[in-house]
Amino acid sequence: MKSRKQAHDFKMQRAKEHFFKAYIFNHLRSLLFSLGKLYRTPLAHLTTISVIGIALALPTALYALLINAQELSKDWDSPTSISLYLKKSVSDNDAQKLAKQLEKREEVVSVRFISSREALNQFRQYPGFGEAIDSLKKNPLPSVLVLYIAQQAESEPRLSLFAQQLQALKKVDQMQLDLEWVKRLRAIIAIIHRGVWLIASLLAIAVLLIIGNTIRLDIQSRRAEIEVIKLIGATHSFVRRPFLYGGIWYGLLGGIVALFLVEGGLLLLQNPVHQLTQLYGSPYQLIRLNGVNILSLIMLSTFLGLVGSWLAVRRHLHSVEPH
Amino acid sequence: MIRFDHASKRYPGGHEALTNLTFHIAQGQMAFLTGHSGAGKSTLLKLIAAIEPSSRGQIVINGMNLSTLPNRKIPTLRRQIGMVFQNHHLLYDRSVYDNVALPLIIAGYKHREIGRRVRASLDKVGLLNKERVLPITLSGGEQQRVGIARAVVNRPPLLLADEPTGNLDPLLSEEIMRLFIEFNQIGTTVLIASHDLELIRRLQQPIMTLYQGRLIQNGLNQGKRANEIA
Repeated sequence: MKSRKQAHDFKMQRAKEHFFKAYIFNHLRSLLFSLGKLYRTPLAHLTTISVIGIALALPTALYALLINAQELSKDWDSPTSISLYLKKSVSDNDAQKLAKQLEKREEVVSVRFISSREALNQFRQYPGFGEAIDSLKKNPLPSVLVLYIAQQAESEPRLSLFAQQLQALKKVDQMQLDLEWVKRLRAIIAIIHRGVWLIASLLAIAVLLIIGNTIRLDIQSRRAEIEVIKLIGATHSFVRRPFLYGGIWYGLLGGIVALFLVEGGLLLLQNPVHQLTQLYGSPYQLIRLNGVNILSLIMLSTFLGLVGSWLAVRRHLHSVEPH
Repeated sequence: MIRFDHASKRYPGGHEALTNLTFHIAQGQMAFLTGHSGAGKSTLLKLIAAIEPSSRGQIVINGMNLSTLPNRKIPTLRRQIGMVFQNHHLLYDRSVYDNVALPLIIAGYKHREIGRRVRASLDKVGLLNKERVLPITLSGGEQQRVGIARAVVNRPPLLLADEPTGNLDPLLSEEIMRLFIEFNQIGTTVLIASHDLELIRRLQQPIMTLYQGRLIQNGLNQGKRANEIA
């Protein structure tokens, strides 16, 4: 009794294994079959793949631009500084005392004192300013304390509070947080960032439609074949499979085209950008796509291919008789 | 094998293609289905292969009741039916071999097994030397034989043919029909729709005649007797 049950279990196990093997085998077959179709009519498919590639290359290129802009602004960002314009009545001595006091605060890394005379001399060096300044009887410039802010104090509420405290000091005439322009730049980058996502989403939809439409045409042109294989007992998933793999191939190859376009463009830009940054004395190098970026691009495009073909198959395969 | 029990088919729009059919084709039997065009021959074959659902009555094919058969089981049903069509329904973008192999690929056979069976099947219809050619280069009779090879390659218990000799000259037609009889002799149930009365009378097999969707002649029982006598 027991041995019979064991024999039965063994049989079931074998049957399961066979089923699983056949399943994998079927998948491999459709995978290669759909690739073979691409290979046999390369020109028609090349057009589709190029269109997908270009559509994907646009947001990818924008993204590359964005990470470069972010990298550049990171250099400009630190250290944040606050300029304190002191009242005319404050002597250089008192100003230096104040500087020492402020330097002790933990928000501050260092304080630079620019006396009114120094400031005037700086101005005098600008071409055209010299004569104008000489014609003045009195020095119109105030002394300035430039406070470099510690990184841990850069967070917004703490920095505002500190700025208010500085503004309230008796010796201070005017306080200027030199953060504004960095903020503006960051705001612009945020807009571009949002824009990139917007464009990327739109183009992702375009890729879905392109792949969906290609698969739809593919289904139409292979209508007779679908009918026949349904008539001789193909399951729905068997009929669907080569189209889904077709979509995956489109997505994957389109992603690779996009990758080559963007990397090629970046390579072309690399030298001119290097020359420009050298002129500015900056060691900045153009950032290329890293492994994670490349992997995400390829995976996303493959995924789009699958979804696009799945949508097309869902809508159009059922319309092929017989059911 | 094929049991119709008061089955009718009414198309949307009210046209009644088949009315109240009751008959039984036993396992291993062979029968011809005849009648004018429009009498309902093709519709009857479509009901058997679950290409169309019946409107009333019951149809049982090889123990499967079609009125209660869920959609996902239809492929299982169709794998037990070999179908031969008047216009062959071959795929013209692939070789004869690949056409015949299709049912086996769908059923997930192993590569070696597929090769063995396809060659056996092509050998049976006398086209073993044509396995690498494209179907379009073959004559009408040869294409029909490829269709038959595809229908029998997975050894289905039931073979259906819809006007298999429709476009062929008399000599080729008889050759094709003899092929079906051979399959019947090794145990396959065969049902052939044909309007070539002269030919099928000569073959001495049971004949069912449809007239305007009704069965006006059911020769199944006489046919059996005739077979027994022979």
